Amino acid sequence: MPPPPTTVCFSFPPSLNDTMTQPTDYPSIAALGKALRDRRVSALELATDALQAVHNGPDPHLFLHVDDALTLAQARAADALLAQGKAGPLAGIPIAHKDLFVTRGWRTTAASRMLADYVSPFDATVVERLEQAGTVSLGKLSCDEFAMGSGNENSAFGALQNPHDPDRVPGGSSGGSAAAVAAGLVLGTTGTDSGGSVRQPAAYCGVSGIKPTYGTVSRYGVIAYASSLDQAGPLARSAADLVPLLDTMSGFDIQDSTSLETCNGVANAPGRITAAYDHCRGLFGSGGGQPLAGLRIGVPREFFGAGLATAVADAIEAALRVFESLGARRVDISLPLTRLAIPAYYVIAPAEASSNLARFDGVHFGYRTPQYQDLPDMIRRSRSEALGPEVRKRILVGTYVLSHGYYDAYYLQAQRVRRMVANDYRQALDQACDVIMGPVTPNVARRRGDHDHDPIADWLGDIYTLGANLAGLPALSIPCGLGGPAKHLPIGLQIIGRHFDEGRLLALADCFQQHTDWHQHTPRHVA
Amino acid sequence: MSWETVIGLEVHAQLSTQSKIFSRSSTRFGAAPNTQASAVDMALPGTLPVMNRGAVERAIRFGLAVGAQVAERSIFARKNYFYPDLPKNYQISQFEHPIVIGGQLKFLLDDHEHVVHLTRAHLEEDAGKSLHEHFTGPHGESSSGIDLNRAGTPLLEIVSEPEMRSAAQAVAYARTLHALVVWLGICDGNMQEGSFRVDANVSVRPHGQAAFGTRCEIKNLNSFRFLERAILHEARRQIELIEDGGQVVQETRLYDADLDETRSMRSKEDAQDYRYFPDPDLPPLVLSADWIEAVRAAMPELPAARQARFQTELGLGAYDAAQLTMHRALADYFEACVAGLPAGQAKLAANWILGELSAALNRGDTDITASPVSPTALAGLIVRIIDGTISNKLAREVFTAMWAGECGGAADDIIAARGLKQITDSGAIEALVDEVLAAHPQIIEEYRAGKDKAFNSLVGQVMKAARGKANPQQVNTLLRQKLGG
Amino acid sequence: MALTEQDIARLAQLASLQMDSADLAQARSDFAAILSLIETLQSVDTQGVEPMAHPLEARQAITLRLQEDRADPPHTQAELDACLRNAPAAHDGLFLVPTVIE
Repeated sequence: MPPPPTTVCFSFPPSLNDTMTQPTDYPSIAALGKALRDRRVSALELATDALQAVHNGPDPHLFLHVDDALTLAQARAADALLAQGKAGPLAGIPIAHKDLFVTRGWRTTAASRMLADYVSPFDATVVERLEQAGTVSLGKLSCDEFAMGSGNENSAFGALQNPHDPDRVPGGSSGGSAAAVAAGLVLGTTGTDSGGSVRQPAAYCGVSGIKPTYGTVSRYGVIAYASSLDQAGPLARSAADLVPLLDTMSGFDIQDSTSLETCNGVANAPGRITAAYDHCRGLFGSGGGQPLAGLRIGVPREFFGAGLATAVADAIEAALRVFESLGARRVDISLPLTRLAIPAYYVIAPAEASSNLARFDGVHFGYRTPQYQDLPDMIRRSRSEALGPEVRKRILVGTYVLSHGYYDAYYLQAQRVRRMVANDYRQALDQACDVIMGPVTPNVARRRGDHDHDPIADWLGDIYTLGANLAGLPALSIPCGLGGPAKHLPIGLQIIGRHFDEGRLLALADCFQQHTDWHQHTPRHVA
Repeated sequence: MSWETVIGLEVHAQLSTQSKIFSRSSTRFGAAPNTQASAVDMALPGTLPVMNRGAVERAIRFGLAVGAQVAERSIFARKNYFYPDLPKNYQISQFEHPIVIGGQLKFLLDDHEHVVHLTRAHLEEDAGKSLHEHFTGPHGESSSGIDLNRAGTPLLEIVSEPEMRSAAQAVAYARTLHALVVWLGICDGNMQEGSFRVDANVSVRPHGQAAFGTRCEIKNLNSFRFLERAILHEARRQIELIEDGGQVVQETRLYDADLDETRSMRSKEDAQDYRYFPDPDLPPLVLSADWIEAVRAAMPELPAARQARFQTELGLGAYDAAQLTMHRALADYFEACVAGLPAGQAKLAANWILGELSAALNRGDTDITASPVSPTALAGLIVRIIDGTISNKLAREVFTAMWAGECGGAADDIIAARGLKQITDSGAIEALVDEVLAAHPQIIEEYRAGKDKAFNSLVGQVMKAARGKANPQQVNTLLRQKLGG
Repeated sequence: MALTEQDIARLAQLASLQMDSADLAQARSDFAAILSLIETLQSVDTQGVEPMAHPLEARQAITLRLQEDRADPPHTQAELDACLRNAPAAHDGLFLVPTVIE
C-alpha cells in the first residue's frame, strides 16, 4: 500500500529573501518569540517558509501528513494573538506533532496501515493546549508504528534517516520528532516516551528531549501503547526551549484518570515547571563560579558495565567532569536491578499494548480487509494485514504473559520487580544524591536495517532508559558528545530526577548548555 | 434415582444513572442509533475512561441493603475478548476485588422464608447492540448493524451462591431482587428494555450427593416466566441426558421462548481465556467510611424493615404486609392513607388498597403514582365507612365514582350528590322492617321453622327496600327484636 | 519452557491474528529468544513485594477520581457524521459488520 500523499498547496523556488524567516535563524524559542512579539517577523511568514522547507526536505518520509491550509490558518490565528498583545511565549512558534497524538484536521495514523485514513473528531489534550498557546503545527511526524520500536524503521510509510547521517537510524519511537528538530524544520516537537522513545532519538539526533514525571502530562488523545508507562514530552534544540513547551503541555486533565492534580502540593498546571526552572536558575546564578555547589550527582555503576561503547562512556565522563567543574559532586550509586528492567518492561508493555490494540479490528474505524468469509475472519485478516510485524510480535507476547496460568509468573512478577526498581531509584534519590546521570544508549545510532532479524536486539538497547519509565521519574537527554567512525554521530547524556523535579533537571541541563556547545552542533546533511 | 436441581443466578442490573459509567453520554433508552455514543464509548484512539460517581453510589446502596461488605478498596479489571458490540474488545469490569462482597436476600415462598446468600456484586460496563435485520454490507454480504448507544451503560452484576433448589425458588429470588433494586431507586427494573437481565447457572445431582454436577449457563433471560421455563427445561434436559448414559458438557446456552428449549451458543468454541488484569487507566476505587455512612443514612427504609413495622406497629398480617411492601410507591400510598384514618384502621386501608384500588389500577393499566384517587381521598372514603355514613357495599360505588372524577373525586360530595347516606334513624328503619315483615309472612314461617337462611333473606329484603342505605347492624338488631328470637 | 506452534496458534486466536505456517515458525523462533529474556525475571526474589500498578503509588495515594453524574446532549447530525466518517461500513447511523452469529 503506498504511503499517504502529503498535501501540497503551492510550491515555489527556494526563497532568496534575506529576512530571518527560518526557525533556525533564531538561537532559541525565546529569541524567536521576542521577534514575533516585536513584529519583526510574522507567524505567517515563518509558517510559509517552514512549509516550503518541509516540502523540499531531504527525507520524504519524515512528515506523514502536511496540510498547508491548516498550518497557515494556525499561523494567522497566532498573528491575531500577537497583534492583540495577548501572546504567550509560544505564539507563532513552528512545531510538529508525533503522529501518535490525535488531531482534528490532520490525519492520525500512528505510522500504521491500520489508521492510514483515520481522522479524529477530537484533538489530544496536549495538542489542544499547544494550539491555544499559539503554536503553529507543520503537520504529523513519522514514528515507529504504535510507538513500538527504537529506530523509526517500523513505520508503515517509510523508514527515516538520521539527519546527521542518512545511513543511520534517527532512533525511535519518536524518530520523526527528533529528526525534524535536528533538521531545523521546526523549533519544537511532541513525542512520547514509554521506554526511552523521546530520550533515545534525542540522543541519536543530537537534540534535547524530556520525559516528565508520569501523570503530569495528559494521556488523553495519545494513542495508547503501554498505559502505565506512556508519557508525552517535547523535543527541541535546547533545555531552555523545552521549558515553555513542557510547561504548556503539562497540567491536570480530568479526562485522564491517571493524571495528577498536584505535584508535591503544587498544582499540576502550566507555570509550575517554569517557576521551578527559574528558581533553580536563580540559585545557580547566585553561586558564582561554582553554580552547582552542593549538588550530588549519582552515577550508577551498573550503567557503565559491559556493553557500553567506549566513545559513549568517554563522552559521559567528560560531561560529568563539566558538572564537577561547576561545583557538583559525584556520588557512586548502585541500581542493581538495571538489567532486569528490560524483561520487566518487556512483559508489562506488551501486556498492556496487547489489550490497548485490541480495538483495531476494522469494525468501527480503521482498515478493513477487502475479502473475508465472516466476521471473525474479517477481523483476523484486517489486523494481520494492517499491523506490522513488530506490533504483532508484541501483541503475541502480551497475550502470552497475561494468559491463564502465566499471569502470576510473568505479569505480576514483572510488576513486583517494577516496584523493586522504583524503590532502588527512590532510595538513591532520597538518600544518596539529588539527580542521577549516565548514558542514554549503549552506543551511537546504528545503521539502518542492522537488527532486522534479531527479535530482541533493539530491546536490550533500552537498558538505561527503562528504569525511569518503570519508576515514573522525570528524565531527559541532552547532547554531550560525538562518536561513531567519523565522530559525527551524537551522544546523549541522561539526567534522571526525583518525581516532579522537571524544573531542576531542565535548569541543570541549561547550565551545562551554557558551558558547552554540543547542542549547537548541526547535522552535516541539512542546509 | 431422585434428582436435585442446583441453581445460581447472575443478574445484570442497569443502574439508573443519567450518564454512562465511564463517559458523559446519556443512558436514556430509545435514542437514534449512535447518537448517545461518545468517542470514549466508540473506543476511538486516544480515549480514556472516567468513573461516574452515581454508579458507585448505587453500588454502595445495594451493598448496604443486602447486608454485604462494601469494599473500601476495589479494582477495575479488563476482561479481554473480541466482540463487535464491545468496541475496545475488552470490557472494563471487576475481577479479584469487587466493590460488594457477600450479602443475602430473604424471600417468602409457600409461607416459608428462604435465605439465599450473595457471593458478590460488582460494577462493569454494558456492551452495545447488534441489530440483525437484513442489512447489506459493501460486498453485498448479509450484515448486522451495530448501535453503541448502550455501550458503557453502568451495570451492577449480582452473583448468588448456588443455593436455589427449584425453578420456583429461583423465580422468587429474582422477583425479590428485582423489587429491591427498584425500591432502592438504583435500577428502573424495566425488563423489556433490558434493565434487568438474568443468567441462570443450572446443574443437577442425585439427592444426597455432596459434589455439584456440571453446570450450564443460560444467558439473558429477560422475563420471570422465561426464567422459570428455561430452568425447568434445562434441568430436565440434563437429567435425561445423564439417565441415557451421557455427560453434561459445561457450556453456555440460550433459551428459545418459541420452542421452549435451551440450545448451545454457537460462538463459544474453546473455553475463553479472558486474561484479566487491573486496568492501568483506572486507579483503585477507594471509598471513605464517611461516604458509606452518608449513603447508609440517606437510604430509604428497606422493604423488610417496613414490612415488619407494618406488622408490629400497624397490626397487619404477614401476607398483607408483604404485598404492600412489594413496591415502595404502594407502601408510601398505604402509609399516607393510614395517616388520614383514626388509629387501628390499618387493616381496612390494606383491604381497600389491595382490593378495590389495585383492581382499578390493573384495569386501567395505571401506575399507583398516577392513581386518580389520592391516599387522602381514599382515607376520606374509608372514614365514612368507619363512622357508619355508608355501608362497605355502597362505598364501592362511591369509589368508582371517585375514580371517574365525579364531584371532583371527593367522597363526601359524591355521597351527598347521590343521596347515599346510610339510613340510621331507627324510626325509619323500623318502618321498613315492619313493611317487609308484613309483606313476607311465608319467610317468617320458614324462619320460625328453623331455617336460618330465612333471616338473611329478610335482611336482604329490608336492604332492598332501603335501596341499600340502611345500617345493616340496626336492621339486624330490629329484625331479631321483632321476630323475638 | 518453549512454546510450540500450537501454543502460538492459540495465542494468535485469542489476539485475532491470522498466521500461516511460515508466520508460526517465525514466531516460534522469536519466542524462544524472547522467553529466555523474560524468564530472567524468575531469578528475582520478590517475596513480600506487592505488584506496582501506577508508578507513583509508592510515593502518594493514587485513587480513582469520580465525576458527577451528568449527561451530555445526544450527538447532532454533524457530530454523528464526524464519529462515523472513519467507519469502513455504515448505514443509517449504524456500523455495519458481516452478520454476527449468536
